[in-house]
Amino acid sequence: MKILVPIKRVVDANVRVRVKSDRTGVELANIKMAMNPFCEIAVEEAIRLQEAGAAKEIVAVSVGGPQCQDILRTALAMGADRAILVETDGETQPLGVAKALQTIAAREKPDLIILGKQAIDDDNNQTGQMLAALLGWAQGTFASKVERAEGGLRVTREVDGGLETLMLKLPAVVTTDLRLNEPRYVKLPNIMKARKKPLEVLKAADLGVDLTPRLKVLKVDEPAARVGGIKVESVPDLVHRLRNEKKVI
Amino acid sequence: MAILVVAEHDQHKLRPATLCVVTAAMRIGGEITLLVAGKDCSAVAQAAARVPGVKRVLHADAPHYEHGLAEDLAPLIVRAAASMTHVLAPATTFGKNVLPRVAALLDVAQISDVMRVESADTFVRPIYAGNALATVQSSDAIKVLTVRATGFDAAPDAGGNAAVEALEAAPPSGLSTFERQELTKSERPELTAAKIIVSGGRGVGSAENFKIIDALADRLGAAVGASRAAVDAGFVPNDYQVGQTGKIVAPDLYIAIGISGAIQHLAGMKDSKVIVAINKDPEAPIFEVADYGLVADLFQAVPELTAALDKPA
Repeated sequence: MKILVPIKRVVDANVRVRVKSDRTGVELANIKMAMNPFCEIAVEEAIRLQEAGAAKEIVAVSVGGPQCQDILRTALAMGADRAILVETDGETQPLGVAKALQTIAAREKPDLIILGKQAIDDDNNQTGQMLAALLGWAQGTFASKVERAEGGLRVTREVDGGLETLMLKLPAVVTTDLRLNEPRYVKLPNIMKARKKPLEVLKAADLGVDLTPRLKVLKVDEPAARVGGIKVESVPDLVHRLRNEKKVI
Repeated sequence: MAILVVAEHDQHKLRPATLCVVTAAMRIGGEITLLVAGKDCSAVAQAAARVPGVKRVLHADAPHYEHGLAEDLAPLIVRAAASMTHVLAPATTFGKNVLPRVAALLDVAQISDVMRVESADTFVRPIYAGNALATVQSSDAIKVLTVRATGFDAAPDAGGNAAVEALEAAPPSGLSTFERQELTKSERPELTAAKIIVSGGRGVGSAENFKIIDALADRLGAAVGASRAAVDAGFVPNDYQVGQTGKIVAPDLYIAIGISGAIQHLAGMKDSKVIVAINKDPEAPIFEVADYGLVADLFQAVPELTAALDKPA
């Protein structure tokens, strides 16, 4: 089995972002960037499938600016075999990214594509589902367990009511939820080794993929700040205030 | 404007989130069609027809629609969307799973987690775990939206009289099959629809200790939630998780117990009307958003709170 793992470069999960004063977006200058946490889980899952003998080759792919090579090197250091960057300077939106990935899937012919369920910048939660639609493949979204099984892939999904298990025909698209695995730390020797692994750069324009954004961001605002409240001294004080000030109990 | 709302249901009843999506559709304005796809779900189609403001109900009934598989539902929704200007679904795991597949098949963008309708083509949605709100405009012929239930009041579930039309089922895709589900059984209200939520975090310490959270919740008729840390530690099942990537809630009262208040958790509950935090760490970020903070050992304070509620005011 060959696995394609699309990954995204985003603001580090520990950074508290600020809205720009001109309200065109959030402040990204000099901000720490990293691989999207759900994408790390996707890379880890591919490696575990390979370690279990279920996968032969893992190809990491990213769509974005030249800086995305950083996260592709991280994926290689974790254990991916090679990497592809579909380079574009423009803004990327899920439909365009899904189309770019569709083109890569046509070239690479993977049996399985694993990607994060959402990126923590735009919080869209769309790309995997869109990619599955464009390819006409099965989709196992929000996966907390993935097993190779006779006739396909068994995927346990985190749904609002609990857990749901589906059997997917391969090829398929799987998107990762938080509890699928805990990604490994990258060891220094592996970072050195990753420098020698192949990283191919393709221009999005050369692939003939239409990445034109369909949505226009008119403005970005700070949410209304919650006014901090007070510290109460005791449980009876709390009960009194909930009953009489806020009347919520 | 012609708006298709994809109903979420359990073959017997509409899920409350569907009624919030109807309200969002009314904000856009236009003729509202509700699509009810499932197995032996005519009771749901009838219920959908009673929602005021709904003009028409499309009812597709086939065994392969029972479990809401995206591969089967998406082509059906695409067919129903042909004459529509908008396609809406709740931003639940159901809607988040199926609607992007629909959008891609229609070759249009999706706008996720809409919390406010500005006009027929402009919507407000949270980004960066709700730390910023983006106002986005779509130029696509069909606008595909998932809607956050917390942003819109539920439409009434009676008083309307829409026509129910049968919609012919598409053949099964054969791409995926449902095997089983393990749904959390609870007598408590559904987390996303509850008026009061009692949530526990890492500080609760164990699954066994969660009983004190349960006891308080039961005393208040509340739902029980949790932070990611509590779910990851195995104290409670995954469907309890409140936060950026879990459930988004906005109850009248949210009681956060032993929860430090990571931004990912705050993203899921900071629109609650009243927030109470009980934590022994006075520096915990949860206190920054709490209306009432109690710095205390939860193992003493929570049972004391439960007991105090039995006393008359």
